[in-house]
Amino acid sequence: MIGITSVGVYIPLYRLSRQDIGKIWGIGSGQGEKAVAGYDEDVVTMAVGAAMDCMKKSKTMPKGLYFASTSAPYTEKQIAAIIAGAIDLDEECHTADFSNSLRAGTSAMKSAIDAVKGGSVENALVVASDCRIGAPKGIFEQTLGDGAVALSIGSGDLIASIEGSYSICSDFTDLWRFSGDAFVRSGEARFLDEAGYIPTMQESISKLMKKCSFEPADFYKAVFYAHDDRTHANMAKKLGFVNAQIQNPMFAKIGNTGTASTLIMLAAALEEAKPGDRILFANYGDGCDAFILRVMQKTSQIGTASIVADQIARKVNIDYGRYLYWRDLLPTEASSRPDRPAASLAARWRERKTISALYGYKCRRCGTPQLHPLGQVARVCIMCQAKDDFEYYRFSDKTGKLFTYAVDQLQPTRNPPGINGVVDFNGGGRFICELTDCSIDNVKIGMPVEMTFRKMSQDKGIVNYFWKAKPIV
Amino acid sequence: MMESIKDKVAIVGMGCTRFGERWDMGVEDLIVEAAYEAFQDACVEPKDIQAAWIGTVFSGLSAMALAPLGLQYIPVTRVENMCATGAEALRAASYAIAAGVCDIALAIGVEKLKDSGQTGVAGAGVVGDNPDGSSAIVSGYSAPASFAYLGNRYFHQYNIDRDEGKRLLAEIAVKNHYNGSLNPKAHFHNILTVDQVTKAPIVAWPLGLFDCCGVSDGGAAAIVVRADLAKNFRSDPVYVKGLGISAGARQGSMRQDYDYVHIDENVFASRLAYSEAGIKDPRREISVAEVHDCFTCHELIIYEDMGFSPRGKAKEDIDGGTFTLKGALPVNTDGGLKCFGHPLGASGLRMMYEVYLQLQGKAGPRQVKNPRLGLTHNMGGTPGAGIGCCAIVGNEKG
Repeated sequence: MIGITSVGVYIPLYRLSRQDIGKIWGIGSGQGEKAVAGYDEDVVTMAVGAAMDCMKKSKTMPKGLYFASTSAPYTEKQIAAIIAGAIDLDEECHTADFSNSLRAGTSAMKSAIDAVKGGSVENALVVASDCRIGAPKGIFEQTLGDGAVALSIGSGDLIASIEGSYSICSDFTDLWRFSGDAFVRSGEARFLDEAGYIPTMQESISKLMKKCSFEPADFYKAVFYAHDDRTHANMAKKLGFVNAQIQNPMFAKIGNTGTASTLIMLAAALEEAKPGDRILFANYGDGCDAFILRVMQKTSQIGTASIVADQIARKVNIDYGRYLYWRDLLPTEASSRPDRPAASLAARWRERKTISALYGYKCRRCGTPQLHPLGQVARVCIMCQAKDDFEYYRFSDKTGKLFTYAVDQLQPTRNPPGINGVVDFNGGGRFICELTDCSIDNVKIGMPVEMTFRKMSQDKGIVNYFWKAKPIV
Repeated sequence: MMESIKDKVAIVGMGCTRFGERWDMGVEDLIVEAAYEAFQDACVEPKDIQAAWIGTVFSGLSAMALAPLGLQYIPVTRVENMCATGAEALRAASYAIAAGVCDIALAIGVEKLKDSGQTGVAGAGVVGDNPDGSSAIVSGYSAPASFAYLGNRYFHQYNIDRDEGKRLLAEIAVKNHYNGSLNPKAHFHNILTVDQVTKAPIVAWPLGLFDCCGVSDGGAAAIVVRADLAKNFRSDPVYVKGLGISAGARQGSMRQDYDYVHIDENVFASRLAYSEAGIKDPRREISVAEVHDCFTCHELIIYEDMGFSPRGKAKEDIDGGTFTLKGALPVNTDGGLKCFGHPLGASGLRMMYEVYLQLQGKAGPRQVKNPRLGLTHNMGGTPGAGIGCCAIVGNEKG
């Protein structure tokens, strides 16, 4: 049997209220708020967050990594390989990116299922992450949110098995971005629904139910894509499910998170399901991927319960100005301080183990873990001066405590002031780094922290990713 | 057998430009102004200089940095040790004299910071940056932030609350600004109150605007000679008694046993200088000290690192006025980095300029009573990853 063995999500900490957006532009606004990736986050860092969350609950090392997004920072350079490095997967891991469609998340999932079924990989991690930008003042600015999700697909110790699937493709132009477009474009709303979304979803779902001989009443939950609350409610009625069966799309809490959206809903449904429950799961975008899942065990038996609800509840509201600045949607006054320098490709490559997965070294002679601040390959132990007698030691999965800190008003950052800390890792090793997702009011000596993969700077089309510390909630 | 430098080298002339935002002066002017004041003070001609060391961090590469002086084919070396560059130039020249390879040497430090158009001095690099072939995995934080780590930890360790900590640091700024107000060559001349300092905009808590040193243009120079020749130049030479330097290997930023309430490099450098100078009780034996108060919280811990105050007890000495002009051990009588300004490569020599004047009794309204031994302390880098330099000089050959 093949199915989902572990689930992880990443909802960024920040929220922007739709009312605040409406007020700025003097237009009507929807209910609730949307999740906003932090100033130092993008689809890659959110994907790493979701993947790390997923792997925490899984005992097996993924042999495949399939990444899905429509808003990856690179159009030529594989994101899955960046993620694989950051979460420390073996280099023999099969990686691939799925893109260009809101359906990319389930395309990746279907490929993972097929790869496991076909025996080419034992298990695979599917990660979907999106940070799509709606044009200021437009409807998508209000509806689109940011987030990521990761599912591990394998054949043993399943949370849910895949009982059946059905897919169709459709050349239907409803939402698109042409090469070089910054903002999502769309056709006229009723046309989108009546000619595309509704018939495509209905056809796929009814064919799948027929193929597997199920009725709507056989399902615990129906988890399906929609652009927004209105289209979601409309579709629920058309499919013949009662309210209790409909998985909340959480649009009012986090917005529509693109390729991650339906998979985050699935993660939330799985958290509340009981063994034996059936879930109908359908994703949309240039066609439809529909699946029937059977719940085998509660996710809480594998990891912590209700990760989705917890991450949604943990939030910090930001104002519209900060949102514009973080997404670089408005020219702003240049800093009178020097900007961060560009990355050296050679140095990044040489120090890739440190930069990607925050590897340091442990001295074989005195046992001291050490993370060299220059990222230099450690040749001489900082404690006992032993030369070339180290083993690699990973720090990104270690927690630590804040020994001292510095809040810096001069630091080049899109979320001033910069907060920096001297982190003492539990188990040894010290590291001076930036703190993120942390407010100056709660930073204090002794505070427990964990490591998070973030965007440090961007220059000449290269994103400089590295690790920061964040408070453990 | 290792010998001390004590009484082998003397300073017979010094010069120092006015520090500040010298829009009207290029690095060439600063070099000429500082060097010619030193030549005149020592009664030497440029042609008498047998070797020279120029210290600068950003304002010139190689021996060519000294080209504005037009010296004629003598040995010249450019040295650099971050903010301790000035001390390093003096140290190199002194060692050459002590080695007997020359009799008269020039040590000069200069920095032209205000042409950059930027606020402050550039911060540390970020991951993957490659200014010197190594990639820095640091956060791009500013110099004030790198010293704020000290302040926050010091207050935590000694249980000093936020307001009290701010006040304590402000006392240091107020003292240094008062001293600087008496000094026409200082960058700033404004007298501050504790209230003004504590209410100034925060740069990196607990450091506010007035807790941070001036970013300045300036130059300073010294003529050093063999001690036995010193009286040929002047009746009141100043003798080098000890030179200590200690370079860290970033231990503090990697080792959990570093406490962020002291700086090892400061401690090792001062102990080395004390041992050369034969100083057992610095608090009583040192008459005047110029220390690296780049940020007020650094001066606070320097009191303890230099052995002026016991660990954790600097507060008592600050409140007791120990380090004021009229105190038992005046510190930063010329205004310090705080008020005199900090042109990186010049500062180590500027400190010596003040101690030199004090030991000759020429410090005017800042003059301390009957000084015998003076100390300069110059530091490069940051807490956890620095270079400490300490020099002891005296007005009597012992």
